[in-house]
Amino acid sequence: MKKIKLPMDAVHKRLYFLFGVVLILIVLSLVAPWLCPHDPNLTDLKLAKQPPSSEYPFGTDSYGRCVFSRVLMGAKVSIFASLALVMGTFIFGTAYGVVCGYYGGKVDRALMGVVDILLAFPDMILAIAVAGILGGGLINAMIALAVTGWTQYARLARGSVMAVKSEVYIQAARISGNSHSRIMWRHMLPNISGPLIVTATLQIGGMMMGIAGLSFLGIGVQIPQAEWGSMINEGRSLMQTAPWIILYPGVVMLLAVMIFNLLGDTVRDLLDPKQQTI
Amino acid sequence: MGKYIRKRFVQLIPILLGVSFITFALMYIAPSDPAEMKLSAQGTAVSQEILDETREEMGLNKPFLEQYLSWLLNLLTGDMGVSYVDNVPVSQKIVTAMPSTIILAVSSMLLTLLIAIPLGILAAIRQNQWVDYSIRFFTFVGTSVPNFFLALVLIYVFAMQLNWLPVLATGSIRGLILPTIALSTVMISKYIRQIRAAVLEELNKDYVMGARSRGIQENVILYKNVLRNSMITVVTLIGLSIGSLLGGAAVVETIFVWRGLGKMVVDAIGARDYPVIQGFVVWMAIIYVVVNLLTDLSYHLLDPRVKEGWET
Repeated sequence: MKKIKLPMDAVHKRLYFLFGVVLILIVLSLVAPWLCPHDPNLTDLKLAKQPPSSEYPFGTDSYGRCVFSRVLMGAKVSIFASLALVMGTFIFGTAYGVVCGYYGGKVDRALMGVVDILLAFPDMILAIAVAGILGGGLINAMIALAVTGWTQYARLARGSVMAVKSEVYIQAARISGNSHSRIMWRHMLPNISGPLIVTATLQIGGMMMGIAGLSFLGIGVQIPQAEWGSMINEGRSLMQTAPWIILYPGVVMLLAVMIFNLLGDTVRDLLDPKQQTI
Repeated sequence: MGKYIRKRFVQLIPILLGVSFITFALMYIAPSDPAEMKLSAQGTAVSQEILDETREEMGLNKPFLEQYLSWLLNLLTGDMGVSYVDNVPVSQKIVTAMPSTIILAVSSMLLTLLIAIPLGILAAIRQNQWVDYSIRFFTFVGTSVPNFFLALVLIYVFAMQLNWLPVLATGSIRGLILPTIALSTVMISKYIRQIRAAVLEELNKDYVMGARSRGIQENVILYKNVLRNSMITVVTLIGLSIGSLLGGAAVVETIFVWRGLGKMVVDAIGARDYPVIQGFVVWMAIIYVVVNLLTDLSYHLLDPRVKEGWET
């Protein structure tokens, strides 16, 4: 039953490898317009519902559009929207939580009250409600997911700040006359950033699924823009006769989420060895 | 204990106020006009005159705060308003949708626990052997698959190709199977990971080594001590999931046309049926507080060291 620790080298190797894969994914999604064998939005009813062939590697959808080209174009939306979303919620939530934890007292209680209120909603339901009220569109879907997304960083940052608040090095920083903001951002933040970065990396895949989920319900990315979730939604009624319309976007999305989750697990093994699963 | 429970219920008030205020404000700033939505939902021809009349009737001409307060006062008497779409009282709609959601929540929870607890323990005691590796591979895929895609794949394989199960959840036991699997897969994967980690942590504690050195059988240590102490993790996980399960699984319920709360609220959002969305939100907030309270109380039962009022 002994805990076997992987030598750090292996974890580092895994991390660099996954960074490489993610980088390739990002580059692929950026050059997608030049990689598409067909115009992703070109409809041709004569070519509708063609099974995968050498001309159309993933087949065509009900409007005769090339599924492969659309999957490629959808990558950019999914990857960049989720990266931006994680970045935004991470920065806002962390700042919010650090301020709460640092000042404590009334400020803390009032600000954390907001977090408690937002946590009372299941995130997907609130996102659906917000997206439904704001109307469709990628930006609105992102706002909807951000509304609850930032709260976990706030809670985590607040907890960590409260834990390090009484540490000797913080007292030393205070005695040497550092300003509040300098103590918060230069002394505390670097010491509490590990778990926050881990959470953020693990969150990328989840956000990808969130955006796709909203698009799937028809309140995210709007037709005809290519996005994995909305492609799956469009292909739903044709599942019996043309399963490839939903199969390929689904599988590509699963792989993308897996890569980002694997990256998250690796970052955790590296930064937060206490939670190590390996 | 009674005092503690009362205190927790008092905490419900600000959360409920905040939650209802936020949704009310969101509805208020929404671009569409509730009066118009109500009329068109009921199939009445919209003229300016009828529109003004309906607005007056619905109190939409009053200032925002007044509208909110009157809604709040009605809520205190148990009146959540009437659906724009079919004029059914919202409370009645929620009560009608509840049983379906509860059935799905209970079945998914049971399936999750039945699979996740044994597999999580197995993975921990066979750490870094092939059983552990295969279980972990399953959990990894399980956490990465979007539930709507999984639901469609299940429908395609088991309902369309093999014809074993119905596509739509028609209320029968057979109809319950696919939505339950679709909902549980992610939960099972998460639970296994957490249970495995908790059991591993427990196994590495000194008292286990002490027990071993005193010659106590491995099975006794595992079942009498380690499992009991790992159950706190399970309770935390159940507490986290049950809240969102009772809110209805929006996506899965929609795909399988399972008439629970999740489908109800997705439909209401689609039709901009504001009173229904409002009622749902209040319901969610109540569940949230009650479930949190029950979770804390069960910590207390499982681990007497946890003091009342203990909060994470």
